[in-house]
Amino acid sequence: MQAKQSINDFVIKFANVNGTGSASANSMFAKAIFRMGIPVSPRNIFPSNIQGMPTWYEVRVSQDGYLGRRGGIDIMVCVNPQSIKRDVAEVESGGYFIYDSTKPLDLRLVRDDINYFGIPFTDICLREYTDARQRLLFKNVIYVGALSALLNIEFNVLKDLVADQFKGKEKLITPNIYALELGYQYAVTHFDCPIGIHLERGHKLAKHIEDFDNILMDGNTAAALGAVYAGATVAAWYPITPSTSVVDAFDKYCRRLRIDPGTGKKNYAIIQAEDELSALGMVIGANWNGARAFTATSGPGVSLMSEFLGLAYFAEVPTVLIDVQRAGPSTGMPTRTQQSDVLMAAYASHGDTKHVLLFPATPAECFSMTVEAFDLAERLQTPIIIMSDLDLGMNEWMSPPLEFDADFKYDRGKVLSAADLDNMEERFGRYKDVDGDGIPYRTYPGVHPDKGAYFTRGTSRDEYAAYTEDGDEYVRNMDRLLRKFETAKSLVPEPKIKQSEMETRYGAVFFGTTASPAYEAIEILEKEGIDLDTMRIRSFPFNHEVEQFIREHDRIFVIEQNRDGQMRRLMLNETSVPAKEKLIPILEYNGLPVTARKIAGMIRNYVTHGNVTPLTRRTAAEELSA
Amino acid sequence: MTFVKPAFRHPDAPRNELGRSRQDYEGGLSTLCAGCGHDSVSAAIIDACFELNIEPHKVAKLSGIGCSSKTPAYFLSGSHSFNSVHGRMPSVATGANLANRDLIYIGISGDGDTASIGLGQFAHVVRRNLNMTYIVENNGCYGLTKGQDSATMDTGTPNKKGDLNMYSPIDLARLAIEIGATFVGRSFSGDKQQLIPLIKAAISHRGFALLDVVSPCVTFNNHGESTKSYEHMRSANTDMPVDFVPMRQEITATYDSGATCEVCMHDGSVVRLYKQDNDYDIEDRQSALEATSHYAKEGKILTGLLYIQRDSEELHDVLDTARRPLNSMNEQQLCPGPRFLDSINAGLR
Repeated sequence: MQAKQSINDFVIKFANVNGTGSASANSMFAKAIFRMGIPVSPRNIFPSNIQGMPTWYEVRVSQDGYLGRRGGIDIMVCVNPQSIKRDVAEVESGGYFIYDSTKPLDLRLVRDDINYFGIPFTDICLREYTDARQRLLFKNVIYVGALSALLNIEFNVLKDLVADQFKGKEKLITPNIYALELGYQYAVTHFDCPIGIHLERGHKLAKHIEDFDNILMDGNTAAALGAVYAGATVAAWYPITPSTSVVDAFDKYCRRLRIDPGTGKKNYAIIQAEDELSALGMVIGANWNGARAFTATSGPGVSLMSEFLGLAYFAEVPTVLIDVQRAGPSTGMPTRTQQSDVLMAAYASHGDTKHVLLFPATPAECFSMTVEAFDLAERLQTPIIIMSDLDLGMNEWMSPPLEFDADFKYDRGKVLSAADLDNMEERFGRYKDVDGDGIPYRTYPGVHPDKGAYFTRGTSRDEYAAYTEDGDEYVRNMDRLLRKFETAKSLVPEPKIKQSEMETRYGAVFFGTTASPAYEAIEILEKEGIDLDTMRIRSFPFNHEVEQFIREHDRIFVIEQNRDGQMRRLMLNETSVPAKEKLIPILEYNGLPVTARKIAGMIRNYVTHGNVTPLTRRTAAEELSA
Repeated sequence: MTFVKPAFRHPDAPRNELGRSRQDYEGGLSTLCAGCGHDSVSAAIIDACFELNIEPHKVAKLSGIGCSSKTPAYFLSGSHSFNSVHGRMPSVATGANLANRDLIYIGISGDGDTASIGLGQFAHVVRRNLNMTYIVENNGCYGLTKGQDSATMDTGTPNKKGDLNMYSPIDLARLAIEIGATFVGRSFSGDKQQLIPLIKAAISHRGFALLDVVSPCVTFNNHGESTKSYEHMRSANTDMPVDFVPMRQEITATYDSGATCEVCMHDGSVVRLYKQDNDYDIEDRQSALEATSHYAKEGKILTGLLYIQRDSEELHDVLDTARRPLNSMNEQQLCPGPRFLDSINAGLR
């Protein structure tokens, strides 16, 4: 049997029992690899359960800097007998299976094409610890110790991480390092270490989204920091996986950063609302009154918020909503990822509504786009929806560092002060398009004793906010809102376009967490002679660059993680290019982050069996001279 | 139909301490049915704000959907107003109040808006003790959709089609007392003498103040058998006269009837009540609940200030928010700056 050999390039998966403390040990494993300068991307694949059900942790290690899921498993670490049958089956031929050998392995689980490493984790724990809780917790640390020998993780890096983790609880450092050593010693004594797949210190260069000096963090924390930096003072929310950690992190940072030094009082307010309807109502009330406010939720919450989204759109109240998408429909699979709220978010509510969407692909973008969302919301006086997802929000990603310009000033949009009102010659009209960009001027309640008051309503009004059911007034207002949406095109983040080295009429379009595996798939295909230009969409409404990309390509693969090709439909709906035949849906919607292999396979299939002849490969220069 | 509101006002019309006349507190012309109780409530709000010397621009008016929720357009045109969505005014009011604690928040709702579609938000805004005045213009029916039954309609009373309502009613005042409201009053749109001081007291109360105001629907629910009709209210109303004395004003008025009870508010104002029933303690939740049910059993409706908790923590106290309104803060107070971000980045390497 050929055992797999590779350095800094593999996929390892941990099969654990939920609620046994495995998450922090697994996270320490991933962080150690990161600190060794090797690109790593860990993912929790967890059930909607607090304790007892199978849970997995998949870690992609990629010397080439690929951060998406690759597909396939090279090493399985199985500490959960519940799932052992499927865990064995999942290992690729030549791979490695590390298991708890306290009880002998069921012979039916023995394959002759993979390598088995039995380590008696339970036995070691029974021998070393008397407390049941300790036996459970240290088992995780012991297997990390064993892996450090098997995979050549620098032991000092692990020791430093333990010290970081237990800062302030120094008593816990020694027993944890002892547990690491137990595993390490067992592996060194019983096996030839390291095994064929292992690690060597490298330079952590993750690529494809951007090349950068990396940090490792989750998107939800980054978004929360974005809200802190953007000056959000009111957060109203309702608990829902996978968005809860956004407000948790906002709370954590506010407790640190938003306490008035003089009075000890809070320069923020967080309300756990009775439901998502109320959460968004509070956000709208606060923004109407001149505070920056936001909420975070997931698909089911957006459904409930859609009436209020329509009100905010029509009443022109700035609103920031972070949608950390999960698998739908209905309650769907709460702990699985998807990009399936695109159409709902774009058109949420009754009547003619359209909303501005932002699509972050890295934690750094979760941060910067959240900061930007507050400016856009106030500039455009409309809801801005940040379309994150579970994969980005709850997993740790290598990302460019978070950046913030010291001179950054909030753009509070068109707001009239008391002095502005005094200096105005014409009468204040809340819904008058003074500047021709569709964006009217607003006032905060209480601004002036005699001027600037207006009546905000969801029913129709004239330019002076007076009630009217006059059809012409209604149309004038709706057309102005459309003009405002046109203005938004010039303000939202532009797409990132990459030209293939070879001249090609093929393109690929993707957004958010699909970007990493998509870029990898494009490189796989390039090696096979299939060249594609790529466009990573970062916002809706689409600007002219999106239209141009569609126009310039004959076939465009729209890669996304939902069943109905929602981004593709949005592109068909919201661009002027007739493209129904051109846009080919490439879809994954099983709740797990899409893999590079799957994307490459689907595109390859289309190209080779879809009666499409690939162009002869010529560089752009050759094309010109031809 | 075209309405023209007369612009003329008597030059010697009385002015309040701000030098403003009552006209400065008026709004647009009402589009409700002639004789609607809601217009009397709007008029009472105008009187209360005029007499309390409130600057109109320091008030924010909020409402949901329905006849009642249209009324903020008919008073205080110098105030900002937000006519939100059905049953969701409490959340919009909560957000607005969090953003700027210095304004006076007056929410107008109806029995459909509060007791049916908005019962959830109502319950939670009560629990949070949001500093606002919440007026329910309660007529027992859905006026704007032409007279369907509402959840406050009494069991056994007929609707406009003659069908009897067989569901049990929700008594919003009792519900509010039960779940922690700190000021609960009940009144009748036709009793200006009681309603105006009650509104003044509610506005002066620090915390959540509910006024459940029976306000007959002249078009769909004003027949003799309705408990929300003018006729019934005039016969069954057991009113507890209320007098409100603002802060710093000498108490001079005297009444003969019944026992007098004075409640000093947090700002030094005084609410004076003339109770029929000496055993009833309006600062005791249980006693307040017993009094309302005692009168209800006799087929009467007890109106007046039903319950008050003078010293309570309103939402900002609970959250410990800064005294300065959150909407007045800028980068300097709110943005931690790039250096802190460097330390965050360093911790993630």
